[in-house]
Amino acid sequence: MGDRIMNVILIGASLAMLVVGKADPQFMEGVRSNISDVAAPILETLARPISNAEKVISEIGTISEIRAENESLRGENERLLQWQSAARKLEIENRQLKGLLNFAPGAEPGFITAGIIADTGGSFVRSILANAGSRNGVKKGNAVITSDGLVGRVQGVGRRSSRILLITDLNSRIPVVIESTRTRAIMAGDNSERPKLIHLPPGATVSPGDRVVTSGHGGAFPPGIQIGIVTTVDEKGIFLQPFVHRERIEFVRIVDYGLKGILDADSAAEGAGVSR
Amino acid sequence: MKSGFLQPLDLVARNITPFIITMLLIIISAIPTRIPEFSYIAPVLPLMAIYHWSIYRPDLLPAWAVFALGILQDALVGTPFGVSSLVFLAVHLVVLSQQVFFTGKSFAVVWIGFSMVSAAAFIMTWILVSIYFGQSTGLLGVFFQYLVTLGSFPVLTWILMVWQQKMLPQE
Repeated sequence: MGDRIMNVILIGASLAMLVVGKADPQFMEGVRSNISDVAAPILETLARPISNAEKVISEIGTISEIRAENESLRGENERLLQWQSAARKLEIENRQLKGLLNFAPGAEPGFITAGIIADTGGSFVRSILANAGSRNGVKKGNAVITSDGLVGRVQGVGRRSSRILLITDLNSRIPVVIESTRTRAIMAGDNSERPKLIHLPPGATVSPGDRVVTSGHGGAFPPGIQIGIVTTVDEKGIFLQPFVHRERIEFVRIVDYGLKGILDADSAAEGAGVSR
Repeated sequence: MKSGFLQPLDLVARNITPFIITMLLIIISAIPTRIPEFSYIAPVLPLMAIYHWSIYRPDLLPAWAVFALGILQDALVGTPFGVSSLVFLAVHLVVLSQQVFFTGKSFAVVWIGFSMVSAAAFIMTWILVSIYFGQSTGLLGVFFQYLVTLGSFPVLTWILMVWQQKMLPQE
């Protein structure tokens, strides 16, 4: 009999948590952050040997490919040097034009580098856990990027850990533009690998191969962070392939674009692929 | 054996291992594997452990412990709080109600039992999360995760079985 009462209490408590979570997401997110904080050191310790083992295995695998890779890197380096000189010219030109316009530069973003300590999988949500939290200056809503592009945004912050909602998550909605045509859209995650573009203006044309970047509308992200490339356009919708591959994320930059703090903005910009 | 004074302590330590192991399985599941697409279909290890202990040693994994494990699972995976607690409790209670059926049955029967219980658990999770978010979270991923979970059941069960026979005091 006591067991039965206990079961009813526990089921009731579970349902109550669901209701509270719906009514007051902030509160439950706080609870989640606290639990994640406790688990963070354990996860960090456990993740280390695994990533070491992976490194050894991948190193053995790559030795044979080094020659070919070297060759392609040489070519890439040459190309990049050309780009560099182009960028230098543009930078100078940009500075001169800014001088002509009396342009006042906006606040430079501050960023925090964090390691990924948990990739809590499953088919229901798309989020990862980073080992930096409020004590490192992470704030809710911060943009999370890698050198490839946008990863997602900070959903919950604990003291030493933070949860990152990936752009592929069901609840992710990000204002974007097609880079070439400046067509605005909303990128909506649907838990699949390929987020969808929705709410396009009528008559807009999008074709596979178009690059998609953040638009900066809504104030969540600055404009110009690269996201991905449109892969398919059909009656089911417009889908894009993000540049960031979830399984390759080891470290991320958590960027607070709303901050007045002045940090190494150049590297943040080049890392984010921010076109300014 | 240990001296008379340490023995009760030793017994307690052994008796809490089903809970500790299941807790560790939840944490281990969260470690990044960096295998492409794996994280979406990774087996739900705690589900198997709760099924296992509910059949063989429900005395060592009572309902409140199952509830607590659900909270940890939700916290780490990112599912709404309450979902995993409800699902884990449902698995626990269904298995308990079938105690007579499971007693002395072969592994194949236990596995088939798991195929049904876990299917119900996945569907239940999907329904709860979809209602909570107000939209479907996608069924294809759930289906693959179910298959992977079902496929890895014998391996984990074997480990739990060995632990149960070697380390746990017999009833």
